[in-house]
Amino acid sequence: MDYFFKILLMMLSAILVNNYVLAKFLGICPFLGVSKKLETATGMGMAVIFVMTLASLITYLVQYFILVPLGLGYMQTIAFILVIAALVQLVEMVIQKSSPALYQGLGVYLPLITTNCAVLGVALINISEKYTLIESVINGFGAAVGFTLAIVLFAGIREKFAVRQIPKPMQGFPLALISASLMSIAFMGFTGLV
Amino acid sequence: MDIVWWSIIALGGIGAAFGFLLAIASKKFAVKKDETVEAVREHLPGANCGGCGLPGCDGFAEALVRGDVKINGCAVLGIPAAGEIAEILGVSAGDLRPKAARIMCLGKEGCTNKFEYSGAKDCRAAMAVAGGFKNCKYACLGLGTCANACKFDAISMDEQGIAAIDLMKCTGCGACVEVCPQGTIAVLDLDIDYYAACRNPEKGKAVTSVCSLGCISCGICAKSCPFGALTMVDNLPVFDYEKCRECGICMEKCPRKTIVRTKTVKRAEIDDGKCTKCGACMEVCPFGAIDVVDGVYTVFDKCRGCGICLEKCASGAITLQKDK
Repeated sequence: MDYFFKILLMMLSAILVNNYVLAKFLGICPFLGVSKKLETATGMGMAVIFVMTLASLITYLVQYFILVPLGLGYMQTIAFILVIAALVQLVEMVIQKSSPALYQGLGVYLPLITTNCAVLGVALINISEKYTLIESVINGFGAAVGFTLAIVLFAGIREKFAVRQIPKPMQGFPLALISASLMSIAFMGFTGLV
Repeated sequence: MDIVWWSIIALGGIGAAFGFLLAIASKKFAVKKDETVEAVREHLPGANCGGCGLPGCDGFAEALVRGDVKINGCAVLGIPAAGEIAEILGVSAGDLRPKAARIMCLGKEGCTNKFEYSGAKDCRAAMAVAGGFKNCKYACLGLGTCANACKFDAISMDEQGIAAIDLMKCTGCGACVEVCPQGTIAVLDLDIDYYAACRNPEKGKAVTSVCSLGCISCGICAKSCPFGALTMVDNLPVFDYEKCRECGICMEKCPRKTIVRTKTVKRAEIDDGKCTKCGACMEVCPFGAIDVVDGVYTVFDKCRGCGICLEKCASGAITLQKDK
């Protein structure tokens, strides 16, 4: 039971307290790039959940069953990027098959999950924190849910901007960055929860 | 050296394993593309304007092949391309007259404001504030919502704050009609000449109190049309473009100048060499624009280019020319 609570707290921490976008500032590119529409933001979030969870699992296996026994710990980064790239390819194929509209909506940002540093970040942090397999997967899943939460909330805010009168110098990215920082401050309120 | 070999083997192995898995996945998740869909899609404009109501041109191509939509569902499609698609599908192309959107409002200085509006630059947002800031419920608010919706850059806002449509760029997709909260835009046939640029269906007094250019439903246009192409429906003139011969008498007679034209004026010219002096043209001309001067049939300035004389002329001596 204790272990169960530990896992639950870990997930909560990854979603709210140590939110990868708003507290660790990883994965800012898709966070700003795909957050103009709620629909594509949700799709992006789902794709990231899939990639991050699976990447956590597979990178753990790669690390402890291939790299460590062979003494190749220094190859971690490139090996993980390889894993993530392959997973993104898979997701791309699945989305193209199952939802052409979402595929079009995500556009270039879908292959860019490969270079989404939040994904690689989760995989590397899992190892450096010496998480077990289950903990890695939970952490990866929590981080991705946190990413989705942040991007969906942010997209909701940005959709509201579309019908507001905004001073010209503030239109677009300036206001997006300011609202992102305000969101980040708001999420600081969760500090101490876990 | 061992460590080099091991790293090559390990990474190569991981890469090969993933490559193999992806190869299987690409077979399993291969998007089966219907060849007919592909062929149809190639002939579609590819602007993904959404005017057909389907998600992009790919969606329209699929719906076409399934038979859910007709080819003329795509307003953007040119006639040659439509013909080719019809050939691929083995169906008839249907009514393919090119269409274009028109702003059914002359607004400008004629239209008065109810109050000063300084909210969001969006007609839909402006409509939410006391039903718009113009006295006329049917007026173009001029905040550019249609211009933003236009995928073909065909709408611009003129200096008086009324939308202006570039007929050369407009494809008649109707995306602007969807977003206009006032219903001020209508999609009409591209090749028509005259239309009444007002949608206010109220009676004269109510219209004059809000606009100096709107249609007051006097019906003079309908009475003056020599071809019976105009009828008054719901206090607005409705054109029957099958009957309209583009003479433009309606525009001239309109006391409010609500009827506008889009094309150049034409006039008839008689080739004296071919003319047999039968007089049929003189009889049929509703404007009395043809008369005999020194034994030569001459067209006077009264000619409005309706072309009805062309049909009556047995010798083919009359042609329509652009007015100089």
